[in-house]
Amino acid sequence: MSAPPAGWGRFEQALVSGRPVVTCEIGSADGADPEDVRKRARLVRDHVDAVNVPDNTGGMVHASPLSSCAILAQEGIDPVMHMTVRDRNRLALQSDLLSAALLGVRNVLCLSGDHMVHGDHPDTKPVYDIDSVQLVALAAHMTREGTYLSGRPIKPPPSLFPGAAANPFAPPYEFRPLRVGKKVDAGARFIQTQIVFNVARFRTFMERVVDLGLHKRVPILAGVAPVRSVKAATFMRDGVPGMDVPDAIVRRMEAAGDKKARREEEGIRICVEIIDELRGMPGLAGFHLMPIAWEAAVATISKGAGLRPALGSSRPPLHASPVPELASA
Amino acid sequence: MGDRASRPAIGFRYEPPPLFRWPMGFLQRHPRLTRQVNRAAAPFENLTKVILFSCNMCGQCVLHETGFTCPMNCPKQNRDGPCGGVRANGHCEVIPEMVCVWVKAERRSRRLPWRRDLFRVQAPLDWRRKGSSAIVNMLADPFAEDGEP
Repeated sequence: MSAPPAGWGRFEQALVSGRPVVTCEIGSADGADPEDVRKRARLVRDHVDAVNVPDNTGGMVHASPLSSCAILAQEGIDPVMHMTVRDRNRLALQSDLLSAALLGVRNVLCLSGDHMVHGDHPDTKPVYDIDSVQLVALAAHMTREGTYLSGRPIKPPPSLFPGAAANPFAPPYEFRPLRVGKKVDAGARFIQTQIVFNVARFRTFMERVVDLGLHKRVPILAGVAPVRSVKAATFMRDGVPGMDVPDAIVRRMEAAGDKKARREEEGIRICVEIIDELRGMPGLAGFHLMPIAWEAAVATISKGAGLRPALGSSRPPLHASPVPELASA
Repeated sequence: MGDRASRPAIGFRYEPPPLFRWPMGFLQRHPRLTRQVNRAAAPFENLTKVILFSCNMCGQCVLHETGFTCPMNCPKQNRDGPCGGVRANGHCEVIPEMVCVWVKAERRSRRLPWRRDLFRVQAPLDWRRKGSSAIVNMLADPFAEDGEP
């Protein structure tokens, strides 16, 4: 067996290091140019421990995240591949999980996926053969038991690192922390949340998570994102179900005016303020930056908020770990 | 339960209590009869469960675990809880006029003493059983691999 790529396992190591972890998301290729993925990856690589690539996000066709993740792995980055149950049945899911392991991609974020009615092919057939929790269990099963769902052995089995998403901002709110618990029971090794704009709601969610002791069983990364314009803010508030953008943020973006530089600066300032508010929140293991089609913002936000990757930087961490339990895990 | 019964590789599937051992044994000994019973029972089960719970006849009923709310009404057919797209008013992101089945399930299950079942990871569906009688399926062979009928 050939040596794994340079970034292999870095995300897991970062999570067990006990230091705050930073990940970010870059869009999968939207054209047939691999250089485009490399170029965007280079913008973020020094600021994060792992890079997520979404799977046909918003129901819009992109290159398979597997291909973009394979390119990231060649670049020495540890990629996190999003995998939705929207487009594939259990045969294709297992096949893609194994393919990912072959190409040096081991971190898999298991999702239901944005429904296709929101995308550019609303007329397509939904698959939803299994659900996202079962996908977590499936990835964990392939790694742990070394067999497919059918029981047939995989030789050698993949070493996958399955994770899951959490959205504290959509009803039923009481169910959300318990659903995190369900995903951990299924075998999730990390959790990345929906973008936090409503810090109060997120705090309530995290308090419940800590009550349930889930923060000791799984590292939770809070999703944060910069808003680029009033239009983007209102769209996220009104047009994206399951997102909670307080009016105060929209008003601040409106107050920033029409000039691009001014409103981008304000968007980043809001994002940094949210990170500052979240920092040190009990149970939080780090941040997941989602600069939607704005990769250059990752560097600015990291600098502004003093975020640095848990690994990949020789300097000592700026803040004490919010999750000391993980250091000894 | 015989040799051919095997538990699902992932998740949990309901197993009938020992009370049902006699009919289970009987049905398992007579597979052809079971098939007939299943075909005869399915329309009645369909009729009652559709009226009462807008059942989708997946053939592997979890109504008792989800506060008597059929999760197969979810456009994403989530059997393990709500997706991240539920609207602020508790309605579905795909069908805006429908209340999210998991918002309902969470609310209704509060009245059930076995509410904890809601937080159990479900086994993946066996799609071959769609349209057949869940009750007969459960009694005949809860973990059948051969997809009867």
